[in-house]
Amino acid sequence: MVHDGEPTPRLEMRGISKTFPGVKALNGVQLKAWGGEVLALMGENGAGKSTLMKILSGAYYADPGGEILIDGQPVAITDPISAKRQGVAIIYQELALAPNLTVAENIYLGEEPSRGGRVDRAAMRAGCQAVLDRLGTPFNAGTTVAGLSIAEQQLVEIARALHAQSKILVLDEPTTALSTRETDRLFALVRQLRDEGIALIYISHRMAEVYELADRVAVLRDGGYVGTLTREELNPDTLVKMMVGRDLSTFYTKTHDARDSHGPVVMEVRAITDGGRRVHPCSLQLHRGEVLGIAGLVGSGRTELARLVYGADPKVAGDVLLDDIPVTIRTPEDALEAGIAYLTEDRKALGLFLDLSCGTNINLGVISRDARFGGILDWTMWRRRAAEAFETLRVRAASPQVLVGSLSGGNQQKVLLSRWLEISPKVLILDEPTRGVDIGAKSEIYRIIDDLATREIGIIVISSELPEIIGVCDRVLVMREGRIAGEVGGPSGMPITQENIMSYGAGVAA
Amino acid sequence: MSDGKTGVSAPAAAARGSGGGGLSARQVQIRSLVQALGMLPVLIILAIAFHYLGEERFLTGQNLSIVAQQAAINTVLGAGMTFVILTGGIDLSVGSVLAASAMAALIASLIPDWGMLGIPAALLTGLLFGLINGSLIAFGRLPPFIVTLGSLTAVRGLARLMGSDSTIFNPDLPFAFIGNAVIPVAPGFGIPVLAIIAIVVILVSWFVLRRTVLGIWIYAVGGNQAAARLSGIKVWRILLFVYAVSGLLAGLGGVMSAARLFAANGLQLGQSYELDAIAAVILGGTSFVGGIGSIWGTLIGALIIAVLSNGLTLVGVSDIWQFIIKGLVIIGAVALDRVRLQGSART
Repeated sequence: MVHDGEPTPRLEMRGISKTFPGVKALNGVQLKAWGGEVLALMGENGAGKSTLMKILSGAYYADPGGEILIDGQPVAITDPISAKRQGVAIIYQELALAPNLTVAENIYLGEEPSRGGRVDRAAMRAGCQAVLDRLGTPFNAGTTVAGLSIAEQQLVEIARALHAQSKILVLDEPTTALSTRETDRLFALVRQLRDEGIALIYISHRMAEVYELADRVAVLRDGGYVGTLTREELNPDTLVKMMVGRDLSTFYTKTHDARDSHGPVVMEVRAITDGGRRVHPCSLQLHRGEVLGIAGLVGSGRTELARLVYGADPKVAGDVLLDDIPVTIRTPEDALEAGIAYLTEDRKALGLFLDLSCGTNINLGVISRDARFGGILDWTMWRRRAAEAFETLRVRAASPQVLVGSLSGGNQQKVLLSRWLEISPKVLILDEPTRGVDIGAKSEIYRIIDDLATREIGIIVISSELPEIIGVCDRVLVMREGRIAGEVGGPSGMPITQENIMSYGAGVAA
Repeated sequence: MSDGKTGVSAPAAAARGSGGGGLSARQVQIRSLVQALGMLPVLIILAIAFHYLGEERFLTGQNLSIVAQQAAINTVLGAGMTFVILTGGIDLSVGSVLAASAMAALIASLIPDWGMLGIPAALLTGLLFGLINGSLIAFGRLPPFIVTLGSLTAVRGLARLMGSDSTIFNPDLPFAFIGNAVIPVAPGFGIPVLAIIAIVVILVSWFVLRRTVLGIWIYAVGGNQAAARLSGIKVWRILLFVYAVSGLLAGLGGVMSAARLFAANGLQLGQSYELDAIAAVILGGTSFVGGIGSIWGTLIGALIIAVLSNGLTLVGVSDIWQFIIKGLVIIGAVALDRVRLQGSART
């Protein structure tokens, strides 16, 4: 798409800088978005994408010197209300809806139409329904938001933006919590809005989405503007190079011997189930030094299966054997005792203690074992373990005393991972190990997984990202509707490809 | 071709390596210093202000000894409360438990020749109520506020029942020294035994919270209970422990107050002590949601409350205005806590 000849972009941001105490978050960034196209905004965590969008939405002030033009006219965006008036709408990852109110009430929140001092509910419902019809939503204006799925709530947010006559719509990682089907529906909607002439800015980490949707891709790195690629110029190598600033020739590492998957079985799970609520009886074998993938759609029961094995949720039936010996696992504590560790998919809510230091987070699984006189902390061991973990996992933080909450996603993940490595597990279950992690840390985590496999640990990787599963795993189980639907790689003879995994996951193959 | 250059600029790549994680060591030091100091400057300013407003009668050996004595019981209750609030809970029952324990202390002290049994009787009474609270919260999964609100009322009734709703006296209390003895350290200045007990409680609490595995688990459970469970921590054991500690220390408070007064009254003793204890913890910067805070802060918080009471009386402020001023100070402190929490980096 050539824009040089066209008159004016819908949105132009010029020379935008933002300084926080001690940090220059943005440095003279520029951005252009035209109506009727999708501009993808990419960059690692901390590159400045969110800061830039917060300036556009009026949540932050930019440093003096930059300017924002809409349809060629300089505008002053000083607060969220003025941004809205200029036609800017942002849909954040964390949706901002009042769950107890109806869809119509949410859309009109703060500007309810009134007639004679009373809220005109009929007008509200009618106005809302008009927008919902345009979007083709499966719910109506009177539905209470609390009963809607995340994807549907997102639609409510989009409806709110459309109702406010927004000309510029920013979507910040909208697919994080969506299933494949919901994602497809969202993409169709994004295209529809684009064709209606809205300028869309799409923030995402997922390359595949960007390829599918974007007309142009703007890249930020370390608060600076790196460049923009058109659809024709877009290719993975260039994009990664722009985002990371270096080549990632060996993104996935697989040096461990894949033949080990035929070696001794370290863990066997026999017909484990939660009574059929989320997981129907599932059995699997994990070999020493093997990286076993568990793929499947979101909601297919992958995390639930892992939590059953780990004792995080109560199981109704089923056995777990470690080195051919049955073990009783009723709580996570039992699992850890037996040598099974589980890295949660939600590290902030279920994994880390954000108000405790990195060192304590790393040591948490072993402080009891290290303690002297039955309970007094051994600071020497604490320091040694923290320092070693920092070293081997390349955690970037000033010191182990730093609170883990202040680290970037990738470094937080490394801290959590090292907690489980400290207990020297026989089996390590990694649930979405690279979610919300920037691309540099991603490849380091792949390197660590590979390294652990060479050290004879049995590893299970649960992931929604097929390239990750394909790049990292020796063998893959595919789950569908709470059951293991099939196996690819290893003795199955089927190569680990996107098509083979998808056919089991979607239920096409028998 | 669009407006952009696709080249990769070198300076951006060079800047990458350094700034990866969080704050510098120096920033961390400054922040932890500010956090450690917390309300100490407020305490010092209050003391100096009262000294000059009160015709230089505040900062005298004798008056400081009285302040220490006044702060002692609240410090002990506040220490127990710190454990509870660090796990994100609350213990509203400490005032009533203190009253019941003091009743137990006096009843046992009247046993001929075995009067010293009053001390273990009070401690066990406190521990028992603490364990009941803790069991309901840890095993019954009931909200701490509701459980301890219930025991606040029920234990108050039990305390009255224990003395048949009358005051129990023991003019020959065998452990009266706990409440009244003063260890002289310099002419005109001595340290009351009550204050020594409070300091020992603070030191032991500090040791448990900062030097033991149990302490880290308490912070972990308060910071993120779901993560604590998935990390293999026995959450029920931690909850049971903190409420037991709070009960035990309320029992100790019962001993202290019985020893001070030679008497206990199930109806009046310890009324609204829980509020002063909570105020001390909050003034000390411990977060109400759990996971953040220190025992030293609680000590300073308890001292601020004692200094306010003593100082305002010394300056001649009426009882009514003392209530109003103390209340405003607590609200102001919580507002400060908010600002401080915003300052700490959370991503």
